Amino acid sequence: MRPGKMLREVLKHLFKKPATNMYPAEKLDMPKTYRGKLIFHADKCIGCKLCVRDCPSGAITINKIGEKQFEAVLDLGKCIYCAQCVDSCLKKALEATNDVELAQLDSKKLKVVLGEKSGSSS
Amino acid sequence: MGLALFTILIFPGFLFVSVFGLMAEFFDRRIYARLQNRVGPPWFQAFADFIKLLGKEDIVPCAANEKMFDFAPLFALTSAVTVFLYIPLWKAPVTFSFNGDIVMMLYLLTIPTLAFFIGGWYSRSLYARLGSVRCVTQLFAYEVPLFMSILSSALLANTWELKEVAAFYLKHPLYSLFNLVGFFVSLIAILGKLEKVPFDIPEAETEIVAGTFTEYSGRRLAILRLTIDVEMVVGAALLVAVFFPFALYFQSVLGFLVAVLEICGVIALLALLRTIVARLRIDQMINFCWKVLVPFSLFQLLLNLILKGKLIL
Amino acid sequence: MHHSSKFKIPMGPQHPALKEPESFSIALKGEKIMGVDIRLGYNHRGIEKACEERTFVQDVYLIERVCGICSHSHSTAFVQGVEEIAGLIVPPRAQYIRTLIGELERVHSHLLWLGVAGHEIGFDTLLMYTWRDREIVMDILALLSGNRVNYGMNMIGGVRRNVTEEQAQDILKGVKTLEERTKYYIEVATQETTIIKRLSGVGVLKKDDALRLGAVGPTARASGVEYDVRRNDPYAAYAELDFNVITDTNSDVYGRTIVRVKELLESYKMIRQCLKNLPNGPIAVKAPRKIPAGEAISRYEAPRGEDVHYIKSNGGEKPERVKVRAPTLANIQAVKHMLKDRYLADMPIVVAAIDPCFSCTDRLVSVKGNAGKSKKILTWEALRNYSVEWHQVHGIDFTELSYKFRTKMERF
Repeated sequence: MRPGKMLREVLKHLFKKPATNMYPAEKLDMPKTYRGKLIFHADKCIGCKLCVRDCPSGAITINKIGEKQFEAVLDLGKCIYCAQCVDSCLKKALEATNDVELAQLDSKKLKVVLGEKSGSSS
Repeated sequence: MGLALFTILIFPGFLFVSVFGLMAEFFDRRIYARLQNRVGPPWFQAFADFIKLLGKEDIVPCAANEKMFDFAPLFALTSAVTVFLYIPLWKAPVTFSFNGDIVMMLYLLTIPTLAFFIGGWYSRSLYARLGSVRCVTQLFAYEVPLFMSILSSALLANTWELKEVAAFYLKHPLYSLFNLVGFFVSLIAILGKLEKVPFDIPEAETEIVAGTFTEYSGRRLAILRLTIDVEMVVGAALLVAVFFPFALYFQSVLGFLVAVLEICGVIALLALLRTIVARLRIDQMINFCWKVLVPFSLFQLLLNLILKGKLIL
Repeated sequence: MHHSSKFKIPMGPQHPALKEPESFSIALKGEKIMGVDIRLGYNHRGIEKACEERTFVQDVYLIERVCGICSHSHSTAFVQGVEEIAGLIVPPRAQYIRTLIGELERVHSHLLWLGVAGHEIGFDTLLMYTWRDREIVMDILALLSGNRVNYGMNMIGGVRRNVTEEQAQDILKGVKTLEERTKYYIEVATQETTIIKRLSGVGVLKKDDALRLGAVGPTARASGVEYDVRRNDPYAAYAELDFNVITDTNSDVYGRTIVRVKELLESYKMIRQCLKNLPNGPIAVKAPRKIPAGEAISRYEAPRGEDVHYIKSNGGEKPERVKVRAPTLANIQAVKHMLKDRYLADMPIVVAAIDPCFSCTDRLVSVKGNAGKSKKILTWEALRNYSVEWHQVHGIDFTELSYKFRTKMERF
């Protein structure tokens, strides 16, 4: 038994840079493989709605907006970011990005129409 | 009259000690955080917390004794602040002092603990009552080694007046080296007074929520937290004055800065001590105090008695 | 609060010692615990029922969310059961990747536990350091699977993502650092006086008691019960791996700490073996949407102990019944025994020592009416009114609040 076993360790850290990430002041990048917000390639979608059928939380809906034209609406509040829809899609119309900063003050803004890019404008 | 009021209310009285206390809390938390490889709070964190608490709703439990619940924090704060007026830290003409003040200071420092007990007890919450019982149980354990080691330093100086004690060690700086054992004993005992790890048993959050302070909120909680901060400064200042009063050597402004530096040093030591240990159980704490700290302080007492015999001869 | 008289102190459902709602009503005499009354069921989420409403594909993700720490354990246990019913042969590469993720998860869970244990005994420094180092394994998991907690690695018939050579190097690098750190924590845990003082002799569970009370996982192994599903009933790739089942004879919280930190070293060993022997080939086989009728029991050694899943299919897309027995349910009975004649100060660490996950445990609430009386089924509205009335009788008036709440909800 040695009282103060960690003494040397803690003293060493007094002069080291803290391990804390100063998020959000400093941006943190998630790995490229991360499952975040989805993007939707409208030209590839054939409207089979397999994604809607497999979504565990009922977050995604595919609407027909014209002849052979579809839009994907995702409820970011419901989505559990499992990316099963990406796996289910036969035409690879859906894709996961590493965009994770999705919080909103207004809950209505959580319902988004997916676009080709994962920016907030979509 | 005007000067006395200024002394009591502003410098080095209430206002100065409060601000110093809050800054000390920041310093303590910052050091603690850095030792744990964290960033820690910004400098104004303690002030922000204090101001926020002042603005919060102040709730008194229906079952609580309102008067006792109300007065306990005020008593605690006033007595803690009062001690600071008696501590000779730098060459200032305003320090009050009389023979026997060192004993009085130690007792004044006990009042906050008793006030916590009363406040906790009369808030009638189970957690608060358990906390206040632990608070007093712990008091009997750390008080003895704390008193013995501080008084043995005074014993060597052959006076009960803190000013004289400080003057003695200023004159014979080498004698303060003999008091090192006493210094470390009182450093550990002070942790008990401040209710910090490993002696944060009265407010062990994973056991009894916030212990004594469970029912306190708003203004009263702000005062209680300020009291703990002031206690930290006062305790550190007392140790500095008793064991290493070297700031008295310098002229006013420089002396003041050295005194602040010394106090910060003691606070840093306290932070270091609480970084490297786990919280003890109340029975272990009492065992530790009586079986480890008390023998060491007795040794210090004995050493000083022997030294004193030589001094007189 | 006389020293001679008993009094009851509520620990939970809301208490800083507990990270989840659970009620421990503790009878105290001074600081000594005279008796403990444990009530489960504050966090029932109806997951089993929800599973019956969803397809097998969706259930994998739902089951994964039973627990926030051992998410891979639950989903693996579930898919193993489904694969057994469907008679799917999972490719060896998928088996190895499952094992790899499972062991990485164990590393993250045990490091988390070590930090929590430190916090419960007031040693926050240990918490800060272990959680800092835990970030290494969290980053690895995020890189491999695409999420820090709910990895989503499993699918029926295999795994969803492959492990590349590059990722393998990253894992090995992380594991090396973690191994060094773990060795240091073993030193700290076995040498630091205050830690030993707070842990040893606390929450004793003798071997017979562990067996009698049905303790599982590290809790049982610390009492000298050499039982590990990975060894006794190998699944995934464990049959081909070389590892030791760590046991300890201390039978107390200290022993449980030792078992967990030593298991970390075994996990690192297994991770290295997995990466070295990773077979080539496909990572999944195609699974049918409709699982043939049948039933299966699947076992998995989660970081907290043995996790049991029961799945029954009636030949459709949705399971007929899913039953989850989380390890905490098996261990919770032991807690009552461990707390006997201890001090109040020991309560947080004794409860934490089984690494409880109460939300995972809360499966089913069965309301037993008094004998003879018929069961009452209340609508949500009636239940709310009943609660308002109950509180009114007991001196608290919620009528106003309830009205406000309702109008707010309607507007929402």
